[in-house]
This record gives sequence, structure tokens and C-alpha cells, in this order.
Amino acid sequence: MTTNKTPQSKHSMKNIDSNNHVQGKSIYVDDVPTVRGTLYACVFGSPIAHGVIKNLDTSKATEIEGVHSVLTYKDVPGENQIGGIIPDEPLLAEHHVHFQGQPIALVLAEDEKTAQAAVHHIQVDIDPLPIITNPREAHANGDIIGAVRTFTLGDTKTAFEKCKYIFEGKAESGGQEHLYLETQGAYAQPQENGNIRIISSTQGPTAVQRMTARMLGIPMHKIEIDVTRLGGGFGGKEDQATLWAALTAFGVYCTGRPVKYILHRLEDLKMTGKRHPYSSDYKIGLDENLKIIAFEAQYYQDAGASADLSPAILERTLFHCTNSYFIPNVLATAYSCRTNTPPNTAFRGFGGPQGMYVIEVAIDRAASEIGVSTIDIQRKNLLQEGSEFPYGQIVANCEAVSCWDDAISRYDLANIQAEIEDFNHKNVHLKKGLALMPICFGISFTNTQMNNARALVHVYSDGSVGVSTGAVEMGQGVNTKMLQVAAFMLGVNPERVKIETTNTTRVANTSPSAASATADLNGKAVKDACNQILARLQRIAADMLGVQPEDIILKDEIVFVNGKATDITWVQLVHKTFMRRENLSAKGHYATPKIHFDKTKEKGHPFAYHVYGTAITVATVDCIRGRYDFDCVKIVHDFGTSMNRIIDLGQTEGGLVQGIGWMTMEELLYNEEGRLLSNALSTYKIPDIYAVPKEIDVHFLNTDNSNLAIFKSKAVGEPPLMYGIGAYFAVRNAVKAFNPNTQMAFSAPITPEKVLMGLYDNKTV
Amino acid sequence: MIEFILNDKKITTQEVSGTTVLDFIRYHQHLTGTKIGCREGDCGACTVLVGRLEEGQLSYQSMTSCLMPLGNTHGKHIVTIEGLNMKELSPVQQAMVDEGGTQCGFCTVGFIVSLSGYTLSQSKPSYRDAIAAIDGNICRCTGYKSIERATENIVIGLKNKDLSDRITWLVERGYLPSYFKTITERLAALNKAISKKISSKEKDAIIVGGGTDLFVQKAEEMPQHTINHLFDEMYLNKIYEKDGKCYIGAACTAEDLRSSSIMNNIFLKMYEYAKLVSSTPIRNMGTIAGNFVNASPIGDLTIFFLALDATIILNNGITKRAIQLKDFYQGYKQLEKQKEEHIEQVYFEIPSKNNTYFNFEKVCKRTHLDIASVNSACLLEIKNGIIIKAHLSAGGIGPIPTYLIESSAFLLGKEVSPDLVRELNQVVQTEISPISDARGTKEYKRLLLRQLVYAHFLTFFPQKLNIHLVLE
Ligand SMILES: Cc1cc2nc3c(=O)[nH]c(=O)nc-3n(C[C@H](O)[C@H](O)[C@H](O)COP(=O)(O)OP(=O)(O)OC[C@H]3O[C@@H](n4cnc5c(N)ncnc54)[C@H](O)[C@@H]3O)c2cc1C
Ligand code: FES
Ligand code: FES
Repeated sequence: MTTNKTPQSKHSMKNIDSNNHVQGKSIYVDDVPTVRGTLYACVFGSPIAHGVIKNLDTSKATEIEGVHSVLTYKDVPGENQIGGIIPDEPLLAEHHVHFQGQPIALVLAEDEKTAQAAVHHIQVDIDPLPIITNPREAHANGDIIGAVRTFTLGDTKTAFEKCKYIFEGKAESGGQEHLYLETQGAYAQPQENGNIRIISSTQGPTAVQRMTARMLGIPMHKIEIDVTRLGGGFGGKEDQATLWAALTAFGVYCTGRPVKYILHRLEDLKMTGKRHPYSSDYKIGLDENLKIIAFEAQYYQDAGASADLSPAILERTLFHCTNSYFIPNVLATAYSCRTNTPPNTAFRGFGGPQGMYVIEVAIDRAASEIGVSTIDIQRKNLLQEGSEFPYGQIVANCEAVSCWDDAISRYDLANIQAEIEDFNHKNVHLKKGLALMPICFGISFTNTQMNNARALVHVYSDGSVGVSTGAVEMGQGVNTKMLQVAAFMLGVNPERVKIETTNTTRVANTSPSAASATADLNGKAVKDACNQILARLQRIAADMLGVQPEDIILKDEIVFVNGKATDITWVQLVHKTFMRRENLSAKGHYATPKIHFDKTKEKGHPFAYHVYGTAITVATVDCIRGRYDFDCVKIVHDFGTSMNRIIDLGQTEGGLVQGIGWMTMEELLYNEEGRLLSNALSTYKIPDIYAVPKEIDVHFLNTDNSNLAIFKSKAVGEPPLMYGIGAYFAVRNAVKAFNPNTQMAFSAPITPEKVLMGLYDNKTV
Repeated sequence: MIEFILNDKKITTQEVSGTTVLDFIRYHQHLTGTKIGCREGDCGACTVLVGRLEEGQLSYQSMTSCLMPLGNTHGKHIVTIEGLNMKELSPVQQAMVDEGGTQCGFCTVGFIVSLSGYTLSQSKPSYRDAIAAIDGNICRCTGYKSIERATENIVIGLKNKDLSDRITWLVERGYLPSYFKTITERLAALNKAISKKISSKEKDAIIVGGGTDLFVQKAEEMPQHTINHLFDEMYLNKIYEKDGKCYIGAACTAEDLRSSSIMNNIFLKMYEYAKLVSSTPIRNMGTIAGNFVNASPIGDLTIFFLALDATIILNNGITKRAIQLKDFYQGYKQLEKQKEEHIEQVYFEIPSKNNTYFNFEKVCKRTHLDIASVNSACLLEIKNGIIIKAHLSAGGIGPIPTYLIESSAFLLGKEVSPDLVRELNQVVQTEISPISDARGTKEYKRLLLRQLVYAHFLTFFPQKLNIHLVLE
């Protein structure tokens, strides 16, 4: 196999981990061989969602045979703090507890079962305080995290005066558990001189390092984080892997022994944050031509008990409040509301999906009130080249209309509609519904500072290559893409390249693998490093051949001069370069150019580029039982020039299904005491193989605009999730086909319960 | 002492029989290919294959090792991914690689094991069955489409499988390592040599069937218990017909029901009903008696047998007695059963082929691999247009799996009509007391049961009824 074509070669490289994955040979944290003397950790979490700790008694647990020690906040040597954006999250609770399961004490024992059992022997007296689980209630109490944010474009007040149609309403979207198949976990080992090495299942190694160092009161260089891969992350291990890693390091610090903690699924579900539920109000105004003239919205984000990444997620909700549409007058305000549930956190889409859901609700509502098709309003208002986003960025290289129109003609929407109509006419107990979902998703961390990455490339004297980056492999295939970049740049076979673990001692000060931008940023850094090495190799080769360095190309492991192969191989050239005492290593760096954002004005150019697409979804509802299936989802998606079609297709299908799960069956239920009711896989359901659409078509719209991603590809991690919103409306439309008078509220997920209630909501039992 | 073959290796262990197979293979044997996703049977990451000899025939089933007690491995062949790996990838592994069926990889081993188990199946290869083999495997990354494509390829590859000697066929084509050819013989020798008695018959021993309820509900304490393993007791594993009745051994699993020719003969939709119950690996483990005794208000098998007006045989080691299943439930998790009694058998009168209608309904948040919000079963016999026999059961609408006495009685002597169905619902609603929980609000459960009752009749009499007629 060679990569002399381009990295976009049609026969995509398989995920480089595949062979090990299918043989069970890939290593996750719990598979790392344990060192003698390892202690196992287990957290004692608060049984009460809100209150003041009166008394904590760990003595009984300490006495249990096999328990080494029980640690509390009093043992924390540095700052008892792991909050990333706002310091409002203690490692271990001191006096207050703010959610059920909030860590209060850490048991360390000789084995896992003993640690888990010992937790039951810890007693705590807590004076209860009122428990809030509703973000609107928190808002009414003034319990807001960070700043209230408002994005403004034009002037909605005067615009509404000109509108023919105005509708106001409410939209709710539920939270979502990440359900990475590998639970959170870390394994920390003492090194000499008080240094600690943590093997962590984290998307953000630097965050783990920084927080752990601060908590232990030692410099960052004393903490090394190493990540091989994650068994899924989806945002859930961006910020929230830190706690568990920091706890193990804390254990090492206090005992001098290795400490391991792999969460039980039930602990993970109970103690970790999820996608934010949102409750929102909207007001939409249209003119007689169905142009949306004005849009106002208030978003009440349920942040949970502490800030975590909520302020950044809130911001992205605003960035995506108009989805794929141009609306000249916008006033959108967002509140991050503190409640007594675990701190909610990043989840694929990062607040974007919640914002997009609201505008889609508003459009759907307007369409049904006016008596026109939702699809008409959607199409009429799609973004155009040169339109302005509410945050001031000008729409460039816009593919909104091209994706939409291509989807409609490619998949013959008219025919799909006719078939549905015919089906609904013929069937009494089954009804079909259709929805279109356009997406527009901005790529870059909205916090401009974070848009940078580094890579370290070594060419070894035998010609093999090692690449380290800040990217964390979690199934998204980033390591494969990094390998493709390096192999292509150096003109070597992929087999020569090894992607190293992600390690803070090799690549420091990294941004987390998130925001869909990991391959973009790290890929560019790899390219930069390879270019530096390449320049040196070219110089040596030119010297050897008596030509100019610019005449030299490395391809297929051979040195070419002016397009003609020589008999100098890659290995020979590397050896020669080594003998000449040249540097065969390089550190690459990349920072996305042009982007900026001014929070005081809420204007700027925050995104390197946008990703577009359109999905057509058809659902069938069993109107007797309230069950539903998805016949198909047909997508046209803007991949740029895909670097790896297998991986990008996998991201699209996987993201879509995750989005469908969020919008349909995945339901987080907390009771009034702030206790999670859907607290196991038996009650929290994610899509299984029978629940996915019978057919998923993905058409790659190849665009070739000079954008700011690696090799003109486009980021693909998050955007497809939002196609899942179409599933909500498809089901809803099928319900309406059976019961046109349904009063169903706009509330996602649209569970079989809501469907059945909607099918019969004006008919009593 | 528990003795079995793990992959290619004979195991003899003193480990307690209530240890899970998962802990044994991962932490005692250090075989880390098998993953832990939930420890509750709900994800399939821990799936292993369990091979056993039945009348000299070697057959394999997938099971979730997280819920499988080590005691249930006795005399069997347990296969983990390490026991499937060869120098080259098997066609199953290769198909998953080629189609991108693996992303983060954490679920992947479970899929490979389940699919490899499927290649060992004794029936003709079909896509439907191959997908069913992975219905207990959850993947959060791929959205399953790539796994479906891989499965399609695998099924195509099996097209010419030699069913008469499938193991040789599979070994020769690189699906399985060659040691599989020795397993039949080795298991036969093992079963001859070992003591059958790893079970404790002591008074305080806890009875374990498949373990799919116990190892979820009492995971922490199970290793401490002495256990009476009934799963492999031959006399509890038979299904037969006699004198117009169908007898089913208490340790028969949901899968045994699904694949029984007797049951399929009686219930034309047996496959569809069984498909709604848990997943393939759980159906391979969960027993009927376990379902009855667990007394979950939404136990599917219980609801199914209640509408058959089934009788169970209890045995206390000395004497046997028979009681009606509907009298078994006294209150929430309160059973008409003495501590020393175990269930031995369940039987029911085989409904006459003509004029009898039977239907089972179940709705949950996720149609498959989920516990019902509400389930219901109904049996009707009609003579000259008049209902002469009626049994209606429902779960999820009260503290016990419920036989709806008054509703069943109400139907007797009546003629089927939209009015009757509507009135039936009114009786049903007086007999139930659902509560709100994670599976739905009480209002929903009332509505849902109404709909399922309607569904029974709409299924029985599609010509006569439709939903609008019933609602009017
Ligand atoms: C992931 C998952 C999904 C599930 N889905 C479903 C579902 O869809 N529908 C459903 O109905 N159930 C479901 N269940 C529950 C469970 O699988 C069934 O109830 C199963 O039938 C239990 O049987 P078992 O042999 O595994 O029980 P065990 O766990 O072995 O035993 C359960 C109880 O029965 C007792 N017991 C077992 N055998 C006997 C006997 N012969 N005599 C007296 N007492 C006995 C035990 O002592 C124990 O108290 C699910 C479970 C899991 C883990
Ligand atoms: S670990 Fe999830 S099924 Fe066993
Ligand atoms: S590949 Fe990640 S869970 Fe399946």
C-alpha cells in the first residue's frame, strides 16, 4: 500500500486500530497491567441533593479489613478545586453538597470489592436545603452561573411590527447521557521525587494535568498524563474525566501507592454530568412571503450544580440559534441556571443542537398555524452567501442551498411525499411522517485561544516514524487521519508510521479533543512538523544528487528529482541525514488564523468555517401502541474533500443515530429529590440495532473551497448529530397524520409515551 | 471444584460458584479482551460463548459473562475473544474491519464473539438470524450501519456452510481455531470425569437459574452465598406434550421456548413474541422459573403464562404440589411458596387449534432489549360467535403480574363487537392501579393498557374492528 496518490484516495485507509479492536487487543485503562501494591478507589457520594454537612463519620469504613484509608477534603494538600472555567467545583465536598452523588470521601482499599463495600459504612448527616431541578425555577431564584449572554442582530422590536405572522411558544429538550461504553476511569502511579503519572481516559490531558497539579499544590511538570485511547468520549470525558484522574493522583499523593479507579456503570450514571436539558421561549415573526423577519428566544440552560463547561456551551447555543437560516433581526438571550443535579457538560454538538431545536420548533409551529408546509418556510430562509450570522460573521462558501436542493432532487422528495400520502390514506393503524433537517455548524473552539495544536514528529535512524500530537483517539479515527497526514507528507508507507500515545510530556498545553476540530488543528501541526523535517531531507538529498532542494520530492519511499525517480530510497536518505548530524525530529505548531470574537460586543469571526447538510427523515408510527420506526434518513452532507470516507461515513452514521437517540428514546428523569430515576442501562435506553433507521443514505457533497481544515477536508465529528432533530419532527408529523388536533407540546425526547399521549390527547381513557 | 474448558485450556478452580464468569476471566485469568460496559446484562460488551454437549452434540450459545455464575460453567466450554483469535483475522473479524464496524472498539469484542457464535449456529444462514445474534450488543459509536454491512458480508460468506459438520467447515475456512475440533471429545471426557455436584442442596443455599435477575439485584452479595444451581438440571430442561397439555421444565430458558417446535406449533407467532423479550444472550440464560419467582410486575414470561391459565408444580425435595400461576402472587414480591420449595415445571392446556385466539403485546421505550412499560396477553375461545373462554393478563399496572379476573369473567358469554371491547376496557381500568416510575406515568400506563387490550382484539378480528370503531 502506498499513499502516493493523495490522502483523499478513494480506497480509504481503515481505522488503524481496527485489527486490534476486533481481536480484543486494544488497551483501555482497565486493561493496563496492575502494579503490585495497587490500591483501588471508590467514592462516597452525597445521598442528599442539597444541604449542609453536619457530620461525617468514616471511622467504621476505615476499620474494615482491607481498607487502607478514607480521605476527605481535609487531606487535600493544594486547592480543593477542579472547576475549569469557574472555580466552583470542589474535588471533595467541604461543607455544602449540591447534588446526589457529589463526592464527599474517597475510600482506598486493597481490592475493588472491598472499596465498594466500605463506602456503605460511611455515614453523613446533612441538613437538607431546598432542591431545585428545574432551570426556570433556578432562574427565578436568581441562581445564574456566569454572565447572561445576549446576541443581537438588527432590531426585533421594530421588525415584529412589520410581520404578518407572529407566534410565541415554549420548547423543551431533555438531557442526554453520553454512555461511552467504557466508563470513566484512571490509574495513577507514583514516580520518583513525588512525581505522578496518570493513565487517564480523558479527552483533555492538559486539563487533567493542570487541575491535578493545582489540587496537589505542585507544579504541572510533576504530573504526567498518558492516554492511549478512550472507549468513547462524546464530550463526557472533556472536562469530567478530570475528577476521577485527580482523585487517583490524590490517592497516590496521600499513600505513596498506585491507585486505580474504574467507575461502575451505576456510579458513572449517577455522578457524572450529561448533555444540558434546555427550556426555552421563542417568538418568531414572518412576512407574507414566509420570510422570517424576526426571531427572539430565551434559553434556560440546566447547568446542574456547578459551572463545568456550561458557560461555553451556553455560548454555542446562541451561535446556533438560527441554525441554517438567515434571519435579519435576532434577539437571543441565554441563562445558565444552577440546579441540584450533577454538573452538566459537553456532549457532541456542545449546546448547538439545543439551540437548533428551538428554531426548528418555531418554524414548525409557524407552518402549522399558517397552514403551509414547514419545508416551504425552511427552504425560503436558508442562508445565502454573504448573509450575516447574529454574531457578525459573514457567510462564506455557503452550502446551505446546495445541500438542500441536492437532497430534494437526488432523493426525489416529491415521490417520497406522494408515497407517504398514499400510505397514510390506505392505513388506519400506521401513519408515516416526514421531516427535513438542514444543518449549519461552525467549526472552531468558540474560545479563540484554544484553537491551536502541536505535534512532535521523530524520524528514527532506520526510517521509521513516530508521531505524537495533542489529539486523543476515542473512536473518531483521529489517529488514522494523523497517520495519513504524516505518511503523505513524508512520502512513506503508512506501515512506517506509528502514532504514539497522547502524553503531556511530549506535547504540552494542549486543547482537549473536542469541537470537531481535533483533526484540523493537530493535522496542521503534524504537517508543519513534517515540512520542517522534509526541508532538511530535501537539502541533504539535493546535496547527494547535486541538484536544488526545490527539485526534490519524496514519494513512495523514493527520492524524485524533477518528477523522475532516483535510486535513493527513503531509508538511505534518512540514514544519510542522520550521519550528517541533522535533526530528524521536529515540533509542529498550528494556530487557526483569522478567527476572533469580542465578548463585550458579542460580535466577531469565531469560526474558521461552517459545515452544512440536509437530512430527509421518514418515520412510521404504530398508532395503536405508540411505537415508531424510522424508514430512512437520506442525507447530503458537505464533507469538504474527505480525507477518509470510511471514517467520515462512520462519524455521520454514528452521530445521526446518537442524535436520534437524544430526540426519541433517551430520557433522563430526576425526581423531586434530585435522584436520577433512569439510573441504569435497564431504564436509560440508547438505540440498539433494531432502533436505527432501516436505511441511511449519505451522499458526500464534495466541496473544494480553500478552507482552514487539513487538506481541504471538513470537520465531521459533531455536525451529523443534529440531523437527529429531523427524527423528532418526522414522528410528530406522523402523529398529526393520525390526530390532526393533537395538542402535543414541543418537548423532546418524543418517547413512545409522549407519542401515545399525543395520538389520543383529546380522547379520554 | 468447578471444571470447564476455557478457550483451549482446561480449568479446575476452587473459586466460589457465585463469582461471575466475567471477573474470573478478566481478573483471575487476566484475559482482558472481554470488556465491562455495565455488569447488568444490558450492553453485551462482556459476551462469551458457552458450548455444551447435549446427547453428544456440541452447541454454542452467547451469554453475558457479567451475570453468569461461575458454577454454570461446570462441564462446559467457555470461549472468549482470546479463544477465537488466530494468526490471521477470521472472516468475521475481517468483515468488521473492512466495513468500519469498529470505532472506539470497546463494544467490538462483544460483537465479534456474538457473530462468531452465530457462525456456529446449526440453522441455515440468514441475515435476520445473524442480526438477532447481535441484538444484545450495544454500540454507542457506529450507529450500527457499518455493523449491518459487515453482517451481510458474513452471512454471504456462510452461504455454503456444511451444516452436518459445521465445526470442521468453519475451522478449515479460518473462522475458528483448530482446537475447536477437539472440543466435543474433550467435553465428553470431562463430563464423564467430573462430579455433577457443584450445587449445594443445603437449606440456606440460594437457588440460581440463569442468574439474570439475581446478579443484577444482588451483585455484591452473590459471591458470598452457597448456591443451588438448577440451570443444568436435566429434569428441569424438557418441553413435552401429553394428554392435551404442554409441560415445560422450570429451567427452560426463553430461548428454549422460542426454538421449541412444540411451542412454535401452538403459537404461530412464538418467534415474534420471544423477540420482544430481552436479548439473545439474556434469553439464553433467563429461565422461566426465574421469571416467575422474580415476581417482577412486568415479567414477560409470567404475563404470557398467566393468559394460558398455567399451573406450576412446586417441589420441596420430598413432596410436590400444583398451584395455579395466578394464585402464586400474593402481593408485591410475595409468593405462595415455601422457602425450601423450588419450581419444577409449568404446564398449560393446549388451546384448540380452531376458534382459539392468543396474543401477546409489549410496549417499552425501546422495542427490543427493554423491560415493558406495560405488557399483556389474551386468550379467547369462541363458539358460535360467543366467547366461551377468556383469560386476560397484564403487567406494569400493579404490584404483581396480574391476571385480570373480572375482565376475563366479563367477556364470557359475550359476542365480539366494538362496544364489547370498549366496555371491556372500562372493566380493565377498575382492576388496575399503576404507579408513575421510570417506565412511564400512571396516566400513560392506563392509556397504554387500554390500547394493548384493543390491540388484542384488533389483531384477532381485523375484519370486524378498527381503532376508530372501537373509540367511537
Ligand atoms: C438485560 C436484561 C434484560 C431483561 N429483559 C427482560 C424482559 O424483556 N422481560 C422479562 O420478563 N425479563 C427480563 N429480564 C429479567 C430476567 O432475565 C428474567 O426474569 C429471567 O427469566 C430470570 O431468570 P433467571 O433464571 O436468570 O433468574 P435467576 O436470576 O437465576 O433467579 C431469579 C429468582 O428466581 C429464583 N429461582 C430461579 N429458578 C428457580 C426455581 N426453579 N425454583 C424456585 N426459584 C427459582 C431465584 O432464587 C431468584 O430468586 C431481563 C434481565 C436482564 C439482565
Ligand atoms: S458488561 Fe454489559 S452486558 Fe455484561
Ligand atoms: S465502537 Fe465504540 S461503542 Fe461501538
